[in-house]
Amino acid sequence: MNMVTSITTDWEDRGAINRVGLWLFILSDSFLFIAIIFTRFYLQGVQRPSELNQLLGFVISVVLLLSSLFAYRGETAAAYGDIRRFRYNILATIGLGSLFLVGVGVEWAEGFRFFPPSTGFGTVFFTLTGFHAFHVFTGILGLLLILLPGQKKRLGEGSYWGVEAMVKYWHFVDVAWVFIFPTLYLVS
Amino acid sequence: MSTIWKLGVIRGIVFGLVGTVAGMAITMLLRTALGLSAWNSGQATALGSFVGLIAYLGGLGAFNGWVGWVLGWPEKEHDATELPNWTRYFGFHTNHKTIGVQYMVTSLLVIIVAGIYQLIARLETAQPGLQFMTPRTYNSLISLHGIMMLGAVLLGISGMINYLVPLMIGARDMAFPRLNALSYWVTPPSVLFFLFSLPAGGFDTGWTAYAPLSVRAPLGMQFMLLAFYLVGWSSILGSVNFLTTIFKLRAPGMGLFRMPIFVWATLATAFLQLIFTQFVGIAFLMVLLERLTPLGFFDPNKGGNVILYQHLFWIYSHPAVYIFVLPGLGVISEVVPVFSRKPLFGYRAVALSSLGIALGGALVWGHHMFAAGMESWLRIPFMFTTLLVAVPTGVKIFSWLATMWLGKIHLDTPMLFALTAIVVFLIGGITGVPNGIVPVDLYVHDTYWVTSHFHHTLFGGFVFPMMAAIYFWFPKVTGRLLNERLGKVHWSVMTAGFFITYEPMFWLGLNGMRRRIVDYDPAMGLGTMNLVTTIGGYLIALSMLVFFINLVASLWRGATASANPWRSRTLEWQVSSPPPGENFPVPPRVVGSPYGYGIPGSVHVIVSPTGGSGEKQAT
Repeated sequence: MNMVTSITTDWEDRGAINRVGLWLFILSDSFLFIAIIFTRFYLQGVQRPSELNQLLGFVISVVLLLSSLFAYRGETAAAYGDIRRFRYNILATIGLGSLFLVGVGVEWAEGFRFFPPSTGFGTVFFTLTGFHAFHVFTGILGLLLILLPGQKKRLGEGSYWGVEAMVKYWHFVDVAWVFIFPTLYLVS
Repeated sequence: MSTIWKLGVIRGIVFGLVGTVAGMAITMLLRTALGLSAWNSGQATALGSFVGLIAYLGGLGAFNGWVGWVLGWPEKEHDATELPNWTRYFGFHTNHKTIGVQYMVTSLLVIIVAGIYQLIARLETAQPGLQFMTPRTYNSLISLHGIMMLGAVLLGISGMINYLVPLMIGARDMAFPRLNALSYWVTPPSVLFFLFSLPAGGFDTGWTAYAPLSVRAPLGMQFMLLAFYLVGWSSILGSVNFLTTIFKLRAPGMGLFRMPIFVWATLATAFLQLIFTQFVGIAFLMVLLERLTPLGFFDPNKGGNVILYQHLFWIYSHPAVYIFVLPGLGVISEVVPVFSRKPLFGYRAVALSSLGIALGGALVWGHHMFAAGMESWLRIPFMFTTLLVAVPTGVKIFSWLATMWLGKIHLDTPMLFALTAIVVFLIGGITGVPNGIVPVDLYVHDTYWVTSHFHHTLFGGFVFPMMAAIYFWFPKVTGRLLNERLGKVHWSVMTAGFFITYEPMFWLGLNGMRRRIVDYDPAMGLGTMNLVTTIGGYLIALSMLVFFINLVASLWRGATASANPWRSRTLEWQVSSPPPGENFPVPPRVVGSPYGYGIPGSVHVIVSPTGGSGEKQAT
């Protein structure tokens, strides 16, 4: 029943088409974060509770940015068909991404005590970090998918679109955090 | 029996039901584990709907292609299916023409339901006094009428774009066929949620779902929010597809300034959908979250602000009006040159005016909030940008008039609908100017004046153009002509019905008739005009009845259509009616303007049916 029609022809380049679609999706998704960042300033101005753990926030920022470096190395390895290095680097990305999520979890536990969700800053904080953590989570799921054996075969054939897409998405999630971190932790 | 099971939609429903029950059970288990009472209708239905939706899509087969890709299964080129042709409309089918028809039929069904809601509500307001309805029922009906009609418009434009754009630019299909099918298939559950809303208590907020009322409204509110959230995602994913298709899949020679205006309109609409739908999505999610969790976005006691909702809502919902009307205006630009046998006047200006409207329309949302207690220094800038949008819109109106000027006008049904659309849209635009001016708006805000203005823009920008589009492209889609005589009856009754309904509403609004009220003071003398408006509404319904009879009868035994019954030059008319599965066996070659009607030697496209000899020129 599921009729998959191959539409690739000589005058269309599948990779370029996919890339345009991915960038458009990222453009759209970035407006989700823009809307929530707008909400933060609209509801709370630049107020920030003193209990907010800036050090922890900084540490998880470093962890997430490091993960992007490994993601980039993984993509490059995939482009060269070096499957062993690709796997190590993507596993490192997943590990650091999971560490970031643990950090957010610690933050949340502190947040529930000092600025619960039913307060002004709590509403903004839990929404913004929650939506971002959801993106990190989906990113980790996606990176796990490209480690499956099905993709390994494709990498051997020199086609690494799945890796490229997931790594670009991962970079996007990191860049979003680069804007979220100052929005929540630094302004005052 | 096995045939039934092979229908994707049947599997989807079964899986979806199981998933919904599972989701509700998970909610109850979680609540029990947290030591709360097991049943919370809001949370149970929310999680049930979510899990049910995923299960339904899985049962439908929406993920088969992607799962296969991830696991590295060999790609199936063509599933040799022995099922009859009609079954493809009831399964996960990736051809853009199938999806276009699915969207269009769904849209028309939603229009019927939403129209009936308003017809019932109009009976109540035909006379002063409470006749047969409670205020909550009345408000639920008009709110659902509004939001469901907007959903139907989004489905309708997706239908037109899906069917037409790949054909018009010479592509074989959309850029992402599977994503395209997924975008369609999340809409049937959304329609279902809309229908659940009324039995679940309805909601009395109006279609705008303003907080804090929407935070307190009955469960019906939640179904509406979920339903529109789904339509919104369908719309975002659709726009990714439309834009990529236009950017990457144009046939050789199809430069940007050789594209039909409808494709330009799609480009502008898709950008608006891509960017701004996120805002209404998050606004609706915030209402849902505030209903279901302790978070407080809008409750001042929790540090929230109700105006926040209005900002987020209108940042989408004003550009949404342009999302709704731009494809319709594109249809008018397609129809008018064909039936005037003249080139479209000022092609480049019209093409760019769509983008101008999109850009301008993105910066005007505050004019919905002049009376809402918005920051007062924002009023003047928003007034200025609002009035500025009239400029690119005027470009379009003058282009149509200049195209018809001294043309050989053929008054077939599509042209008649296009002409009504121009007049109605013009009235809608002119009555919008006073709304944009702050002191006048403070006076007419929330009156029938605004309701009438809005219905003029949407009838002129979507409903009448969509009718023109259906009469124009029905032969291409089905291979049969619609009955012209019934079409003209439909047109005349609908046009008359429209003016009888909505012109009195301007008068009513200026004389103090507020919108969203179930009753009004007989001493205000508004009874007669309200009765006239109700009669007009039923005339529109009557004309729609004629229209549906025409659709069914013509589909059944209409005259067979040739490939190009209207002697149009755009690409979709250069292939058979209905078009072959992959549209063009070889890429067509585009060599000139699509609108060179009456210019000797002007050629838009060269289509070779076999790839070699026998080239056919479209002149």
